[in-house]
Amino acid sequence: MPSVTLLGQSVLSGIFIGALYGLLGLGLSLSWGMLRQVNLAHFALAFLGGYITFQLSGRLDPFVTLVVTVPLFFVAGMALHWFLSRYAPDMLNTLLVTFGLTSIIEAGIQRIWTADFMRMESHYGDIRWKLGAFYVSFPDLVTLLLAMILCGAMWALIRFTDFGRAARAMTEDAAMAAAFGVNEKRLGYVISGLAAAFAAVAGMCLALTHTLAPVQIYAWMGVVFAAVMIGGLGSAMGPLLAGFLIGVSEALTMAVTAPTWAPLVSFTLLIAIILFRPARF
Amino acid sequence: MTINRRRALAAGGALLSTLALPGALRAQGKPIRIGSSLPLTGPLASLGIIHKVTAEIYVDDLNKRGGLLGRPVEWILRDDQSKPELTRTIYEQLITADKVDLLQSPYATANILAGMGVAQRYNKLLLHTSFGIPRLAKYEMQFPVSGSAFDPENVWPNLIFDAAARLPKPPKTIAIVTSKFPSVHHISAGAREVLKKRGLQSVLDIEYEFGNRDFGPIASRVKDANPDFLWGGTNGIDPVLMLEAMKRIDYRPPGQVHLFPAPGPMLKMPEAQGSLALTTFESHPPFTDDPKIAQFVKVYGERAKEAGIPYTAVDLQSAIMYAAWQVMEAAVSATKSTDDKTLAAWLKKNEVKCLFGTLSWNGPQNYVEGRDLYKVKQLQQGQWKVVHPSEWAAPGAKMV
Repeated sequence: MPSVTLLGQSVLSGIFIGALYGLLGLGLSLSWGMLRQVNLAHFALAFLGGYITFQLSGRLDPFVTLVVTVPLFFVAGMALHWFLSRYAPDMLNTLLVTFGLTSIIEAGIQRIWTADFMRMESHYGDIRWKLGAFYVSFPDLVTLLLAMILCGAMWALIRFTDFGRAARAMTEDAAMAAAFGVNEKRLGYVISGLAAAFAAVAGMCLALTHTLAPVQIYAWMGVVFAAVMIGGLGSAMGPLLAGFLIGVSEALTMAVTAPTWAPLVSFTLLIAIILFRPARF
Repeated sequence: MTINRRRALAAGGALLSTLALPGALRAQGKPIRIGSSLPLTGPLASLGIIHKVTAEIYVDDLNKRGGLLGRPVEWILRDDQSKPELTRTIYEQLITADKVDLLQSPYATANILAGMGVAQRYNKLLLHTSFGIPRLAKYEMQFPVSGSAFDPENVWPNLIFDAAARLPKPPKTIAIVTSKFPSVHHISAGAREVLKKRGLQSVLDIEYEFGNRDFGPIASRVKDANPDFLWGGTNGIDPVLMLEAMKRIDYRPPGQVHLFPAPGPMLKMPEAQGSLALTTFESHPPFTDDPKIAQFVKVYGERAKEAGIPYTAVDLQSAIMYAAWQVMEAAVSATKSTDDKTLAAWLKKNEVKCLFGTLSWNGPQNYVEGRDLYKVKQLQQGQWKVVHPSEWAAPGAKMV
């Protein structure tokens, strides 16, 4: 019988990894749900963000690197939107084009930083707190807080502002929204820029909590896709909540049964939701 | 034609400089073409680049020494992208289109198995560096050069538990945590049997999928089981991820082994110090007592740095590739032939001294059963040092 400490620590571990799923899923959900662009390159951008953080961390605090990466990625996101709008007009094409782009970014990362594993040395990795029988590490906590703040802020932006109302209208019916004065083109650039900027933040969290290797870009795709689909396309809070659900389910599976079952959890949950709530898709 | 003093001096100078030329310029005739693939991209690329740099150093040196049979050696390398199916195609092309004289090893079990099938179809000799499941190597002209036994699932756990018994606190309880990556999984299956025979107690036995992202719950399970010794059936970056997860819950197993960790990232981790791992070679005496090997270690360090490889010391990976070329050179030189069957027949009857011991192929399926050339290394103050068996231990190194 697993101990309470084991179960509790595993739940915490699931919440922390779920936060990273949510943070990675946020940008993907926005571009997929609102712009109809299935942007596989989002994962490559996140890793690129991680590598840039790693590179700059010798001179700058990892959090300060966001001053460089966030604006840079915002511009890159806008450029990507221009490219996809011009050359990949339908959703399937965006999937194919961004898959190609992922391979190009992966090759670029490998050329600059090699295929070897890179681990960011940071004093933040040594900071942890003991709460009763449980441990919370600083990088995990920061990832959780950033995920909650960014997803919450994006949710509020979509829910309560003119920008959000315009974005929702555009998602619902672009032609009708345009008739009411919504500038679809400009909105598209801003949303795509924001999605890429979120990838930069996710990249910094990846560098803080994980060891980087170009090939790991693909390791996150399946589970984050599941989180986005379970959470709802275009939703800001959905991927985070789904990330928590998947992360905690995976962690508890690893804690009480064979850990080899854990990768099945995300897709089992996805299939269950497709079966019982098909209207979401 | 009149020969004046100036021309005579020039001719004499040319003759002298020809005599003084290195072997590279004396190797003449059609090059001996040796073909292979390596994973230069894809998940195994971080290891493929080590093999590439090593082979380039060896071939450069070989050509400087006069090549093989007085002919220059041309190494034809293709990127198999870490994919067995592409390896199969490449080896087919190397034999039929490039018409190579000899084949050299691809990297990793699945790719070697793919290349072996092609070699068998064309009756070509295949030396291989890193085949994890020897019982699957059924082709009579395949020859392992990694120093591994026919039964690593028996030899390696015994070697590791022998080493662990020399730790300041010899373990009695073991937690087995193993990846399902084929070769390490196979060895861990053997460890279960070996620990029973040695009277050790298993307090945890779990498997996880290779590519696992979250080691938090696994770390918590190990902490909960409280073993004396962690058997990490792990390779690549998994040991680092596992140790980082353990660090987050303020836990460190009293003793631990990780079978084949990526050597670089663990070096600076305080929680990794004292970890054991398997190796064939480390860049310290007695391995480097041979000046030629010491020179290779030096050149490798420089070339690895140029290639952007973070860990620039020669270890298991570069050593097995170097050994593959040593074996090829020895067989071709001894037989004065590049005929695959002649070389295979010679290898079966002879031994080759390589940089980590003496290789022979007179056991089942061209392996040796019950013993091998592997050693146990330990991470001590940011350096990997061989600690067991003692005849290969770094000078002054003790188990900590």
